[in-house]
Amino acid sequence: MAGDQVTLLDFWASPFGMRVRIALAEKGVKYEYSEQDLRNKSALLLQMNPVHKKIPVLVHNGKPVCESLIIVQYIDEVWKDKAPLLPSDPYQRAQSRFWADFVDKKIYDLSRKIWTTKGEDLEAAKKDFIDCLKLLEGELGDKPYFGGETIGYVDIAFVPFYVWFHAYETVGNFKVEAECPKLIAYCKRCLQKESVSKSLQDPQKVYDFVVMLRKNFGIE
Amino acid sequence: MAEVKLIGTLASPFVCRVIWALKIKGIPYEFIEEDLSNKSPLLLKYNPVHKKIPVLLHGEKPVCESMIIVEYIDETWQQNSLLPNDPYERALARFWVKFAEDKGVSVWRMFRAKGEELEKTMKETEEMLQTVEEHGLGEKKFFGGDNIGMADIAFGSVIYWLEVIEEIVGERVVFEAHKFPRLHAWIKNFKQVPIIQEHLPDWDWMVAFGKRRREAVLASA
Repeated sequence: MAGDQVTLLDFWASPFGMRVRIALAEKGVKYEYSEQDLRNKSALLLQMNPVHKKIPVLVHNGKPVCESLIIVQYIDEVWKDKAPLLPSDPYQRAQSRFWADFVDKKIYDLSRKIWTTKGEDLEAAKKDFIDCLKLLEGELGDKPYFGGETIGYVDIAFVPFYVWFHAYETVGNFKVEAECPKLIAYCKRCLQKESVSKSLQDPQKVYDFVVMLRKNFGIE
Repeated sequence: MAEVKLIGTLASPFVCRVIWALKIKGIPYEFIEEDLSNKSPLLLKYNPVHKKIPVLLHGEKPVCESMIIVEYIDETWQQNSLLPNDPYERALARFWVKFAEDKGVSVWRMFRAKGEELEKTMKETEEMLQTVEEHGLGEKKFFGGDNIGMADIAFGSVIYWLEVIEEIVGERVVFEAHKFPRLHAWIKNFKQVPIIQEHLPDWDWMVAFGKRRREAVLASA
């Protein structure tokens, strides 16, 4: 839409930020990317997200939208003439919301436990993490994407975590592909799409970042 | 129209949200009471991932997670809309629904806590209330404006249950009127909406039931 001012307040390694980048790319929306320093939060970030003080924040014509999946839904509703991200049928939409919510509730927290714990806690986190990935793999079934023939809401919710797998696998000493080969094949398929490959970060850079975080938190 | 069934328990704030949505839309449904200490094959079949209530069955199709169910109800039956039409306003409503979901947990934790842990959860609840008081309502009567919407439903159960839980726990009151004037006005208005008034679980029953449950929970902790 002509005259639209779109800015994304984001942090390069954030899988939540990556979700928004993919959605914007799918819709062909031009935007300004604004990298945020999370250890020294800008006045702009605090003004645009006073409640959580977190990224991502989408600023559309001066008005902020917060929380990655809410932003993705907003993008889908505003730029509705191209690449629908949610299905049109209410039941299918409810299923998409359920699985995106599952990713939010399970994948992030469990994966965080993998790189912040050791010993028994780490082993338990790895097992729970793989169990959740297997559930997702089951839900994907034989479809090319969770969204069916094209990527959709659940794909956008999940696939950014893929670039963090190398970090989890290295610190946790396991391989997702050994347990969930279909899911890894699916992630690689997603990366063949330009909207995804341009939005996701290099797994090696993410790993280096996690190593630094672990040093800072005193986990080794 | 396919049959609507709701699997749940009457004491659940999450089930209550779904009942309110169904009543606002005027949708007839069959209530299937679930025994959470002995989960039924029906529940395990229709919510294999979380094994929790509420579960809405529309025909044979299950929908899980209370606010996802509420949104499904809103999209399937379009009378008495629970979300605004404008995408930005919808994003704001969703933001507060998510806030109620993420931060409302401190209220449930209060119910299960004592001593230091209780004080901690009470402080977290106070912070949650403070944020909503400052940022959530503005000058509006409801989150949804003049009529209740999805965010009101999400918070309605959190705040009504907070009031009940404070009565049950019997410690200092967190939700004080002079500290949270907007929220106090809001919950008063919310409880006076005719549909809500008719379908608010009975206070005395909830307190008595809750006191027994809390004793059992604390004893087994």
